[in-house]
Amino acid sequence: MNKIVWPVLVALTLSACGTTGGTQATVEDRAGSGTAGTAQGTETTGVGSSSVAGSATGDQYSGDPRKDPASLLSKRSVYFDFDSFVVKNEYRPMIEAHAGYLKSKRDAHVILQGNTDERGSREYNLALGQKRAEAVRKALAVLGVSDAQMEAVSFGEEKPRDTAHTEAAYAENRRTDVVYSDEK
Amino acid sequence: MLDCPNQKAFVSPMSVFMLRSVVLFPLLCLALLYAPFSARAAMEIQVIGGAASKISVAMVPFQAAPGQPSPALTQIAGDDLNRSGQFRLVDVEGAQPPVTPAQVDYGVWRGKGADAVVIGQVAAQPGGRFEVRFYLLDVLKQTQLAGYSYSITASQWRATAHQIADLIYAKLTGIPGAFSSRIAYVQKQGRRYELRVADADGQNPRTVMRSNESVISPRFSPDGSRLVYVSFEDRKPVVYMQSLQDGHRRKIAAFKGSNSAPAWAPDGKRLAVVLTRDGASQIYMINADGSGPTRLTRGGNIDTEPVFTPDGQTLYFTSDRGGSPQIYRMAASGGEPKRVTFNGSYNVSPAISPDGRYLAYISREGGRFSVSLQELASGQTRVLTDTAQDESPSFAPNGQAVLYATVRGEQGILGTVSLDGKTRARLSESGVDAREPVWGP
Repeated sequence: MNKIVWPVLVALTLSACGTTGGTQATVEDRAGSGTAGTAQGTETTGVGSSSVAGSATGDQYSGDPRKDPASLLSKRSVYFDFDSFVVKNEYRPMIEAHAGYLKSKRDAHVILQGNTDERGSREYNLALGQKRAEAVRKALAVLGVSDAQMEAVSFGEEKPRDTAHTEAAYAENRRTDVVYSDEK
Repeated sequence: MLDCPNQKAFVSPMSVFMLRSVVLFPLLCLALLYAPFSARAAMEIQVIGGAASKISVAMVPFQAAPGQPSPALTQIAGDDLNRSGQFRLVDVEGAQPPVTPAQVDYGVWRGKGADAVVIGQVAAQPGGRFEVRFYLLDVLKQTQLAGYSYSITASQWRATAHQIADLIYAKLTGIPGAFSSRIAYVQKQGRRYELRVADADGQNPRTVMRSNESVISPRFSPDGSRLVYVSFEDRKPVVYMQSLQDGHRRKIAAFKGSNSAPAWAPDGKRLAVVLTRDGASQIYMINADGSGPTRLTRGGNIDTEPVFTPDGQTLYFTSDRGGSPQIYRMAASGGEPKRVTFNGSYNVSPAISPDGRYLAYISREGGRFSVSLQELASGQTRVLTDTAQDESPSFAPNGQAVLYATVRGEQGILGTVSLDGKTRARLSESGVDAREPVWGP
């Protein structure tokens, strides 16, 4: 149902995002974060290369660095294991890139949107999603990002990127998205 | 908004079916049985296992007036009684329908096994009104238990039937009926969400709010005049309060972070809500106008789904402070929470019965989420349903049934279950996805 809605957000991060829905976009989205994170079940080889990590700040590009597919700033999703709220190490470079951007642009504001799979109570899932959003917010705060530049919110199970009832879909939806306010 | 002709169309055939035969079969057969009815079925009732002693009632069709609405009052009221699981509707076929108490041949009804008989008539009045007169008679004592008359408009037809059912229920069980109460729920069609208020039998739905984003957790104010709910229309969860009289609404909790899980205090002046403005999901009290947030729970864990006991002194809520989501209680003024659920690793969504005796909640066992009931004094628990994706339990105003959401196939549906788990009824119609129900006054 929400596949039409989600690409609006995802498209901000991806020049190649079509109307085929969030899942496909996410495959590309995650490629730059390396080959770790085998828990998600939507792994592909992706389009990234190891050289991406070397251009973390992306400041050699002329456009909005947050939209440069070669920049870690274009990576916006942090995935979580089942029943887990721990930001995995594979996302550290990406989070560092966003922290660097936010510290260099004090008027930038980011919303961290936590999500869960569909199983269980909607209100409890809302709190679980908040915990995932909060985990990313804290990781950014530790890196020196001001609280005033961040808001952690939860969509719980209300905005699934993948609406299938499969383990792969559940993994896709256990996620925090990094969304800049001016990109809404 | 209301398509009454449609509703009548899909109510009638099912109701006739229902009155003639209370369905007795194991749940496994349901899938097969639903198929022929599902397209039009507005209500289905299952009776599981041997029901306890039931009161037998003969609902004699009232003498009809020309132009009266349908279905018949006795059908609507009979559906109500049937859904409670506490009544057996006696077959009234073949008998000469009496209209006044003097015409009742008690021997006939005793022969049919009826404990009570309901008779009445509808008469057309000037100005499109109807006079409804009915009597409830005790077959054994051959006495009149109740007799009422109403002057109503056609639009009051269903409400009158529910009032009749309430009177019969109260006279025969000694417990107030809840058939005139309302429910709220969220209907999803495509990408559209509609917050709806309907009669307690799921009929007569009115849409009170539409959105392209999700809506969850509606809760009636104690006087039934307002709804609070959580809307995602602002790209984050925000708690709104809406008048059911004029539709006016306002945000009552829109703090930084997420705002959710509203619960009315019994006095209707304050609410418990869950805010994340200080980091973790924690329970706060706010005034009904949204002012004066005061934090109640403290800790780095999840505290959510607060609900008040009827006396307003205690809050039950869900917390993962012990490592898995479990239900706890604490004084509404704050203090040390005490754990209430112990079986299993996932117990959420507490609801407290109006008499304060029972806790209904969702428990997960073997990957299945079911409605469970705990008698608070003894701690005894039982699972009321055998469906696997149950959510959002809430008690009837008279405490005799639990309304909940579950899933059949790919579709969210609403159901009620009696406290003994033996009678389950489906409320929502086929073809729409219904969820997040709550039973109101």
